Amino acid sequence: MLLFSVLSGIIVACLVPFLFKFGRKPASIIISMVPLSLFLYYLFNFGITDNLGYSESIEFFPALGVNLNFVMDSYALIFALIITGIGTAVFFYSSYYLAEHPYLDRFYIYISIFMASMLGIVTSDNMVIMFIFWELTSISSFLLIGFKHREEKSRYSAWQALLVTGSGALALLAGILLLYVITGKMNFSEINAMPGIIQSSTLFLPAMFLVLGGAFTKSAQMPFHFWLPNAMEAPTPVSAYLHSATMVKAGIYLMARINPAFQGAIEWETTLTIFGGITMLFAAYMALKQTDLKRILAYTTLSVLGTLTLLIGIGTPLAMQAMLVYLIAHALYKGTLFLVAGAIDHGTGTRNIDEIGGLRKFMPITAVAATLAAFSMAGVLPLFGFIGKELLYEAALQPNLFGYTTFAIVFLAALFGVVAAGMSAIFPFFGQAKYPNSKPHEASFTMYSGYVITAFLGLLFGLLPMIVSDNVAKAVSDIYYNLPVAVSSSMYLALWHGFNLVLFLSLATLALGIVILMFRKKLFAIIRKINLPEYLLPSKGYDMSISILIASARLTTKVLQNGYLRNYITLILITLLILTSYSLFTFSDLSVISLYHPVTIYEIIIAAIITISTILVVKSSGRLQAVAALGVVGIFVAVVFSIYGAPDLAMTQYSIETLTVILFVLVIYKLPKFMHYSKFSHRMQDFFLASAVGLTMTILILMVTANEMPTEFKEYYGKTSYLLGKGRNIVNVILVDYRALDTLGEIVVLSLAALGVFALLKLKKDDRGFE
Amino acid sequence: MKSIILQTATRYLLPMLLLFSFFLLFRGHNSPGGGFVGGLVASAAYALYSIAFGVEEAKKLLRIEPVYLIATGLMLALFSGMIAFFSFDTFMTAKWSDLNFPLFGKLGTPLLFDLGVYIVVIGITLKILFTISEEVKP
Repeated sequence: MLLFSVLSGIIVACLVPFLFKFGRKPASIIISMVPLSLFLYYLFNFGITDNLGYSESIEFFPALGVNLNFVMDSYALIFALIITGIGTAVFFYSSYYLAEHPYLDRFYIYISIFMASMLGIVTSDNMVIMFIFWELTSISSFLLIGFKHREEKSRYSAWQALLVTGSGALALLAGILLLYVITGKMNFSEINAMPGIIQSSTLFLPAMFLVLGGAFTKSAQMPFHFWLPNAMEAPTPVSAYLHSATMVKAGIYLMARINPAFQGAIEWETTLTIFGGITMLFAAYMALKQTDLKRILAYTTLSVLGTLTLLIGIGTPLAMQAMLVYLIAHALYKGTLFLVAGAIDHGTGTRNIDEIGGLRKFMPITAVAATLAAFSMAGVLPLFGFIGKELLYEAALQPNLFGYTTFAIVFLAALFGVVAAGMSAIFPFFGQAKYPNSKPHEASFTMYSGYVITAFLGLLFGLLPMIVSDNVAKAVSDIYYNLPVAVSSSMYLALWHGFNLVLFLSLATLALGIVILMFRKKLFAIIRKINLPEYLLPSKGYDMSISILIASARLTTKVLQNGYLRNYITLILITLLILTSYSLFTFSDLSVISLYHPVTIYEIIIAAIITISTILVVKSSGRLQAVAALGVVGIFVAVVFSIYGAPDLAMTQYSIETLTVILFVLVIYKLPKFMHYSKFSHRMQDFFLASAVGLTMTILILMVTANEMPTEFKEYYGKTSYLLGKGRNIVNVILVDYRALDTLGEIVVLSLAALGVFALLKLKKDDRGFE
Repeated sequence: MKSIILQTATRYLLPMLLLFSFFLLFRGHNSPGGGFVGGLVASAAYALYSIAFGVEEAKKLLRIEPVYLIATGLMLALFSGMIAFFSFDTFMTAKWSDLNFPLFGKLGTPLLFDLGVYIVVIGITLKILFTISEEVKP
């Protein structure tokens, strides 16, 4: 059931085109029911009942240790509920927000696949399976960011996101394999139980940094952060879902999930704290420079991702608890704010914060939701964000590697958070009414119901933290190696902790933030003027490596694929010649070749026919003769096959030869006669190359036949073909049963070749500027 | 280049070649043959028809756009591998029915896979054939 619930998004994605036959509106409502029912399933089956730790396992590639192991523990449940819960709001919201969009059906396909892959990441116990889902989120994110694919900027951003997270994913795969090398295990649950072995291994640091490479790119930590603000080119519901609530948290998820294996290692904690801290501070500062509502939200999301990384780096149980609470609170308020930003865009036609103000008169319901979310973001009592901020301060004040520096950074970032909350969610709705075009309008019910619910959940969790308290405590023990039971049972969330230092600090943050907001005009004018030198920005590095990549691709294409088929063949043959003759003459003993083989009369005849037709191919003055002679060569090679007992091969060769000749004839039928022949010197070159290749192949075959053939394969297939494969034709049983996966790959390649022929011939020069 | 002799012969040869291709497909599991050769023979039949009557006529006879054949065949091959999922086996585990049919012999997922290969091969060959012959049309 768990596996089915994970994959249901993919199944739905396959059904979307058919559902849209019933009309756009009903289809989008039906599709939106999927995340809702998944949410309810997870909530009632795992959230309310004590069914956690439930696991399912199906063998997939047992030989490689890659199996479909799915586990639903408290930690995974938090993510699963966020994914499906925010998902429900986003799915419904999109049905109205993108109602007019011609590609609404595609949108639902991409986003359903995304949801399924995200659920796959958080429930997979097997690291390779998790990796597959990880890649799927990158791909679906690419499609969603580039959804408005006619715009240059969208395409650029989509590529950037894909390349950055994709190359990170390669690092992650290498990291997973190293962990497998160290431990011999493929499951998180097994790896997490052996931190001692992992951390004492010499491969520990490479493995850790490779895994972090994946997590940091996905969660947009400095210096890989630049793709996230650019990803705001995506439609707003996508930004709300992928780039604030779920996908960017996959990196955070992974770091915490694998924390038990790395926990306690000084390198792990240092790296996370430093990178998290820098990201947090830098992004918070960058947020203040923006005027686009979505970009402000993107940078504050970055800042929060930094905070979460930092908390994992601090690594105490309290920090883990703070991380989880902060994560839930963020998903709720940031999801809300992004959807609100979309509603503002929809209602006023702009997202520039300088152009809007006092919208509460026109959008009262949205204003309430935005205010609640902003309060949660700023950490105002009694919202859930307040509890998060208190825990964050408490965790940062605990003894850690960097002492009070950590706290100072956290405090500054939180302060910027208050300012950003004011900028993005309070000022657009309060103060002087201001809007660029026509009168703004309120969002529709399908749009606002989702974000009103998430906004109020932030309030509800704040007032009644016991709803989530228990599960958070359990989740901490999922991601903390050997958490003492006493600690786990003493962990509970409360709104009111009494008058203490942390409360005072929270209030001080708020007060300072409000002061800054009062003087914001002057301050922003200064901040917007300060620009980092361009060459310092990591995105420049990205642009540079892309242009180097393209330039080198151009160069190799120019050298290797210059459009002349004869040069390709020459190149291939020379490579073959060099590699084969090198290993043939250095590693093998040529004396085993015997030149005395009994030859029969028909072998001589066949050889003579093949030779004569080959000479004819070369000498003929017309294309048709050449093709016919080439066909004769092919047919007689097939005769050789049938004489030496390979009837399947021979049959295939006959049919292929026939079809090739037909194709050739079709093409050359219309071509003019040979205009001129190649030069004598060229022909001599070709002759020597052909002779050399022929000679090498002859020696190779003589070598192969001179040695005794290993018979074990033949015996194995002979014995088992009928018993296991239920067929007596071993060749065919190998093709469709033993090695069916290879055959599947081959027919896919063949299909692509056919499509390639079609595309090459149909793509005219005047269409796209290609030849 | 219309030839009455070729056209008349093709009319009789086409069904026979198609039948022969089916024969090759189904006997493949026990004797020489199989989906790949079968598919090639079937496409050769259509190629012959297109030489005798022209590509347009061959397309009309086929009725279905070859790209759909490619897609159908690939899906069929993939699906035949996924049948094993229903009994919680790994991808591509062969499943056989115990019934013995005349002509086909035992029915099982490898046969379905071979049928997929057969259809893909027809689709690929005819797609290339049709595209090229359309291109060289004056």
